Amino acid sequence: MIPLSHYLVLGAILFALSVTGIFLNRKNLIILLMCVELMLLAVNMNFVAFSHYLGDLVGQVFVFFILTVAAAEAAIGLAILVLVFRNRETINVQDLDEMKG
Amino acid sequence: MTVEEILFYAMSTVLVAAAVAVITVRNPVHAALALVLAFFATAFHWVMLEAEFLGILLVLVYVGAVMVLFLFVVMMLDINIARMREGFARFLPVGLVVAVGMMGLMAMVVGAGVFRIPGPERAAADHSNTAALGHLLYTEYVYPFEIAAVILLVAIIAAIALTLRRRPGTLHLDPGRQARVRRNERVRMVKMHSEKQ
Repeated sequence: MIPLSHYLVLGAILFALSVTGIFLNRKNLIILLMCVELMLLAVNMNFVAFSHYLGDLVGQVFVFFILTVAAAEAAIGLAILVLVFRNRETINVQDLDEMKG
Repeated sequence: MTVEEILFYAMSTVLVAAAVAVITVRNPVHAALALVLAFFATAFHWVMLEAEFLGILLVLVYVGAVMVLFLFVVMMLDINIARMREGFARFLPVGLVVAVGMMGLMAMVVGAGVFRIPGPERAAADHSNTAALGHLLYTEYVYPFEIAAVILLVAIIAAIALTLRRRPGTLHLDPGRQARVRRNERVRMVKMHSEKQ
């Protein structure tokens, strides 16, 4: 029988990898969005594992809502990405400095 | 080693390898495909954890819709990949330090004895995860469920409104104006004498 900690460590590995991805791919906005998706996946993995091991279905309901919000986020994020590319001809994060932030 | 453990370690290896591929490959299309593989491996894990409904949902919604959207956008945009890779080697050391540090800290916490609890007994063969989840979702969580529906509606409207483009000068017909047209805007009645041979 696989103990709960195995799944939690797997989620931690996924989360750390996606944070590294945000460090490595500072230029490419699409890869950054993919890293955010991967991060949400790691969190969902923890929710499902806890839900199973503690015998409480509410964790899965929470994953359901996270998936919904993540899908909405991906749709709006990609729409903004298309808009940025149409106006600036680039998705390089360092070129997007119009607001001088 | 039981079959369950072998499957767990095999699928975890696939998942971690796919995640590494997502953050390191050169081509964004390959990154998106690696992310699809990661979603499949995760769906497998969730089915092993008796969350069948969410596993299938992940494949259908994420692989079927969200990742196709990602691929569509990646292929539609004409990106200079060489420029995108600038700074990759420069940020690699700090990225690795952050990854290993974070990983070590989290593993120390979640790998501790408190979380080494064994799994519950497998549910009976006629147990339906979908039905149980549906019962919970449509009774206790019906209000958040409706809010989720509204969030999706807002996302649809926002995505359309953001990408809708009005180009002046294109030759298109306005159906409203076509329907509102009057006879005297189109036909001019002319009085004239009939011609004689």
